[in-house]
Amino acid sequence: MTDAMLEVRNLTTTFGHGRLTAVNDVSFTVRPGEVLGLVGESGSGKSVTLRSIMRLTPESGAVAGQVLWRGRDVLKMTASDLRRVRGGQISMIFQEPMTALNPVLPVFVQIEENLRAHTDLDRGARAARARELMDLVGIPDAARRLREYPHQFSGGMRQRVMIAIGLASNPKLLLADEPTTALDVTIQDQILKLILDLRDQLAMSVVLVTHDLGVVAATCDRMAVMYAGRIVETGTVAQVFAQPNHAYTRGLLGSVPHAGTERSMLLSIEGTPPPLGALPAGCAFHPRCDFATAPCRTTLPVLEDIAPDRSVACFNRAAVLAAGSPI
Amino acid sequence: MQLASFIARRILQLIPTLLFILIVVFALVRLLPGDPASAMLGDRALDADVERINRELGLDRPLPVQFAVFARSVATGDLGDSITLKLPVTELIATRLPITILLTLMAALIAVVFAVPLAFVAATRRGRMADSAVRGAFQVGLSMPVFYLGLILLTVFGARLRWFPVGGYGDGFLEHLHHLFLPALTLALSLSAILMRNLRAAIIEVIDAEYVQFARAKGLRPRLVLLRHVLRNALISTVALFGLSIGTLLSGAVITETVFAIPGAGRLMVDSIYARDYPVVQGLTIALAVLVSLTFLLTDLVQAWLDPRVAR
Repeated sequence: MTDAMLEVRNLTTTFGHGRLTAVNDVSFTVRPGEVLGLVGESGSGKSVTLRSIMRLTPESGAVAGQVLWRGRDVLKMTASDLRRVRGGQISMIFQEPMTALNPVLPVFVQIEENLRAHTDLDRGARAARARELMDLVGIPDAARRLREYPHQFSGGMRQRVMIAIGLASNPKLLLADEPTTALDVTIQDQILKLILDLRDQLAMSVVLVTHDLGVVAATCDRMAVMYAGRIVETGTVAQVFAQPNHAYTRGLLGSVPHAGTERSMLLSIEGTPPPLGALPAGCAFHPRCDFATAPCRTTLPVLEDIAPDRSVACFNRAAVLAAGSPI
Repeated sequence: MQLASFIARRILQLIPTLLFILIVVFALVRLLPGDPASAMLGDRALDADVERINRELGLDRPLPVQFAVFARSVATGDLGDSITLKLPVTELIATRLPITILLTLMAALIAVVFAVPLAFVAATRRGRMADSAVRGAFQVGLSMPVFYLGLILLTVFGARLRWFPVGGYGDGFLEHLHHLFLPALTLALSLSAILMRNLRAAIIEVIDAEYVQFARAKGLRPRLVLLRHVLRNALISTVALFGLSIGTLLSGAVITETVFAIPGAGRLMVDSIYARDYPVVQGLTIALAVLVSLTFLLTDLVQAWLDPRVAR
């Protein structure tokens, strides 16, 4: 896979001197222009994965493995090289724009500092670029609104501001950590559409972290399902939705209500994800799994390629496959 | 403009505050045991003389009238004459208060110079040696009484090492600074301990905030992240505390001025209370109250500048 922009290999993130493993041996690739969905329940390690790529984990976290950005390992970069990548080539936007924007700085300052760090634009050009970015993300009356503070914006507008900041220096990859979770449903659609439009206009790739399979279906090309810090299934969105190979993926799909079809029973996955400090032996999902058999309780299933771009980590994938997609 | 209207509103609020101060001072003096006339004339005064003085001072008139007269003279800058020093109170305040203000400003400056960098060091090395050392040292500073600390500093740096004069105020601005350094340091220590603790906690809270993560994700230099995104936000609550502490600092100046024999407003206040020199006590109280109100106003303005959400 030489065409990958970002190649994550065996990424493992631990906290508290190795006591907690939040991300465990995670590998995936992102190609130019594609949208990859990283899906899972809260606590599955998807946000930590994103932050590990940017080396933004808290001080107590240790990140191992490789994060190859255009062939160079981000995890081994010097501080100044890392700064050039952060915000300049890879941008990240956060779930809650209210807390991710500095409340006491005008929006303009928060856009401009990105431009100042990554471009040679002079003061006037930076101001012009800031107005252009506000137009790009669909915030009207740019000149006036640039002088305002985050609390003067509505939730959806605030997320647009964050996207404008993220895109300021034309990054080639956008890492979006649940960008629509804090928003109203109608606003969610607008923001997702905006991200897709911008992906096309700016020819960038997107990694979208979400727990919402509806969002994945609407926006992503490929998806990777995470459970308890590991990737359990990958594939194109169409493949995974039509033929889930992992019991957990199948369970997730069953818990999505879909409009327009006949009223059917909404399935839910029994129980909750295990605490990271006390993972069960074998497959971490087996205590909640309807398909679990003896090997699941003792041996960890590895992620196997079953087709190009398609992999799964499940001993009983034949049984899961036979059960069919709940959608 | 939001900020302009905030400033205007805040200045208007000063009017009722100042009026309230006048009423309290007016009432206080009249509630004190003993009346001014017998205080002036001594214990053996004749009733006729007391009555005459009372009439001269207007103390036989109804209270509202007395207050109106009092308020008018204060408004025109007439605070009466000192009974013991036979000088206009305004003149006394004009010579003594600037000394106390200078002392307080120096103490505030020293407190900030100590507190801000050390809070930074402690917060960014949370739980490590440097943090424990800074916090331990300040714990000592916080628990030591002002007069005791003053005496230690006097003995070591004044009497023994002779780096600083042991008392007085000196002539000329540079000499003033030299004379006031030890007292200001004495006064500053407990304030800087309080500020340090507050700022350290605020920095620790802010440093993990999402917007700080976002700032780092933008690829900003660590120094810019710390100054613009961490320190500025952390300072908001510390500035409020700092403003409120100025009042405490002024009352701490009373003790410090006594220990270091500085002819400031604090000393004047203590002397006047002992001498029952009511016009001076009254005048000084008004002056100090106005000073504190203005400090609070300034604090609010700085806060509004730091945090635009305040000015709504």
